[in-house]
Amino acid sequence: MNILLSRLVQAATVAVLVGAATFAMMRNLPGDAAWRIAAGRYGYDNVNAAAAEAVRSELGLGGHWFPAFLQWMGNLFRLDFGVSLVSGQPVIHEIAHQLGASLWLALAAVGLSLLIGPPLGIIAGLRPGGLFDRALLVVSTALKAVPQFLMALILILLLSVQLGWLPAAGYGQPRHFILPALALALGLAAVNARITRDAMASVAAQPFYAFAQWKGLSRTQVLWRHGLRNVSVPLLTYLGLQFVLLVEGVVVIESIVGWPGIGHALVHAVFARDVPMVQGTALLLGLGFVLVNALIDLLAARIDPRGVQ
Amino acid sequence: MLIPVRSLAGALVGLCLALPAFAESAINVAAPFEIQSAEPSTTGHIFTRMGIAETLVDADPQGRLLPGLATEWAVSDDGLTWHFILREAVSFHDGSAMTPEAVVNALEIARAKPGPLAGLPIVAITPEAGAVVITLTEPRAALPAYLAESRSQILAPAAYGADGQGLAVIGTGPYRVTALTPPLSMRATEFADYWGDAPHVPDVTYTAVSRAETRALMAESGDADFVFNLDPATVTRLSRSDALQVHSVAIPRVLLLKVNAAHPFLEDADARRALSLAIDRAGLAQAVLRYPEGADQLFPPAIGAWHNRALEPLAHDPEAARVMLENLGWAAGSDGILTRDGQRFALSLTTYPDRPELPLVAAVLEQQFRAVGIELAINSTNSSEIPAGHQAGTLELGLIARNLALIPDPIGTVLSDYAPGGDWGAMGWQNAEIVALAQSLARGEGDDKDRARISAILQDELPVIPIAWYQQTLAVRAGLEGAVIDPWERNFGLAGLRFAE
Repeated sequence: MNILLSRLVQAATVAVLVGAATFAMMRNLPGDAAWRIAAGRYGYDNVNAAAAEAVRSELGLGGHWFPAFLQWMGNLFRLDFGVSLVSGQPVIHEIAHQLGASLWLALAAVGLSLLIGPPLGIIAGLRPGGLFDRALLVVSTALKAVPQFLMALILILLLSVQLGWLPAAGYGQPRHFILPALALALGLAAVNARITRDAMASVAAQPFYAFAQWKGLSRTQVLWRHGLRNVSVPLLTYLGLQFVLLVEGVVVIESIVGWPGIGHALVHAVFARDVPMVQGTALLLGLGFVLVNALIDLLAARIDPRGVQ
Repeated sequence: MLIPVRSLAGALVGLCLALPAFAESAINVAAPFEIQSAEPSTTGHIFTRMGIAETLVDADPQGRLLPGLATEWAVSDDGLTWHFILREAVSFHDGSAMTPEAVVNALEIARAKPGPLAGLPIVAITPEAGAVVITLTEPRAALPAYLAESRSQILAPAAYGADGQGLAVIGTGPYRVTALTPPLSMRATEFADYWGDAPHVPDVTYTAVSRAETRALMAESGDADFVFNLDPATVTRLSRSDALQVHSVAIPRVLLLKVNAAHPFLEDADARRALSLAIDRAGLAQAVLRYPEGADQLFPPAIGAWHNRALEPLAHDPEAARVMLENLGWAAGSDGILTRDGQRFALSLTTYPDRPELPLVAAVLEQQFRAVGIELAINSTNSSEIPAGHQAGTLELGLIARNLALIPDPIGTVLSDYAPGGDWGAMGWQNAEIVALAQSLARGEGDDKDRARISAILQDELPVIPIAWYQQTLAVRAGLEGAVIDPWERNFGLAGLRFAE
């Protein structure tokens, strides 16, 4: 219960801080908001003084920051994110669509990375310093060093253009997931594998691990009963951290494969000075971070109850 | 056991043969434009391009106006009252009839929003039996061309909310929307009650892909059948592919340098001429845009009478540029940059990355201007900084890609940009003769000599410095026949496409 309560307090703090910070940043961006919004709405061929003036009078831009701030925080607590200044649609509606798209992509990427990374890490960790361990170090370092946009382009060239197995870009069908998820997963798996390998090696070097073998358990039994559970705690904790890396990667990958996700939405909203979209998106990402960490805490406490009173 | 295996193999082969046929019931379009919502003032150009919404007037590739939802039109002798006779038996995608009242409703809503109709001297738009009457306070001969612009599209009354905001795309075109998923995708299918010829391919999809590299890869991998707007570097590569046909056509869009002619360094026409002489257009066009040549005047040859063949072409001559600047009192300083009365010839060049070639061209210009002693600081920012800087008087140089045919008649852009000046046109520069000529052309008086004269004045005074004429490019999957590029950027022509037998 303590975990949940402290996470709730944390979520409220994050909401207030992110709300205030995005408000301050968006107010202080250089350039006139009416012009930026008009460019976002009508495009470079049609943005002109008349369009900017129409936006200004429609949205009632300008005015003192303080009433606007109170209104924004008030709306926030009523979970009213307002209406996108560019598309005119409710922000919550747009975010639900776009966050959903990103979430599925992120989950697919994490799932895929867990299928690839940890098993390899365990094999390497059981024989630290062996040939496989050293090979994995080289491969995972190389994969981690490839920037995600380059990884996506390489995969598109290889899997779509050369082999014709997967669509190069697009959204809407299950097969569209594989390529962007793989591009994200390879980078994640590279680090997953390293974390698992180190955890496995250190667990395998513990006296209790050797004792389990002496008392007659087979190697597989030892691994299942005494290895995996101990390895999974650092791995899980690291997954929470990876969420940040994942958001960063999703932003890049989405723009390459034309994925209608939150990263894409955030970038466009910042360029078009779509304040409610930026604020709503940043807030939900902040809260998502708290939620993921709370879930990880709960899971970790279940797996390893020793630290919890 | 042999027979089942054989029939299984037969079924598999049959399936494989059937699969491509099944896939070919749809044309997948990939283009850079994002769908914002069902609002025609912001996303309408996608609806007209996709054959979902239509306008009263159409235009052929030469810019000749053709009947659209209006079959004919006529103007009163004083040029103030226009009658547009509506096509009969046209229904909207929701089954309702296209009545004169519905057309008036759509035009009134369009006119209340920013766009070309908003700037017209319209007093009233009224319905009449089978027709719509538009009354003006002053003659505007290009009115039908304004009605051909995508934001003048005619949607059903049910398409709009009470405040005039577009809620659903209920048009009259050969395709009707089945799923609109902003910001990136849209699906449409054949509209059974379409007034014209039924489309050959019954389904179309639209995917907005902002990165040109990704669009090119989608063309190569076969994920998109119709890929609009390729970056110059990929055109060469895609042209070599047997699986694709690459089309490119000259369009009335020009890459130009917008000059603040009120700036003390640039107010003398000779200073602007020197800038123009410093630009190696051919080199720039070949290296960055991969076009064989640059622009030698503002209006491209495809734009008819506005292109003036008699003009002395804009040339590249850095030596002459240096001499001209010397005569204006500039002398090279120790670092090679010109100075006059203690001031360095340093200017800021504003541009925007929405079109990826612009920052590249800016970087080349920086080099070419430095060669004649002019220092540029490039500011690649939001596109609205150009009109905003124009209004504030702070813009010095702007590198822009200007569409000379926002309506399928260049007079629209000439009026908004050069008579006397405009957010995306002349700045700090006025010419009474151009204003008079443009206004008389707008009223429907004047002739091609006046158009040529306008080009000649712009060429001589250089309120903007043309650099290159654009080409629109399109990659179409081999086997998809009938693709043409609309130089007026109004229509993809999907209804006319068919898969080869």
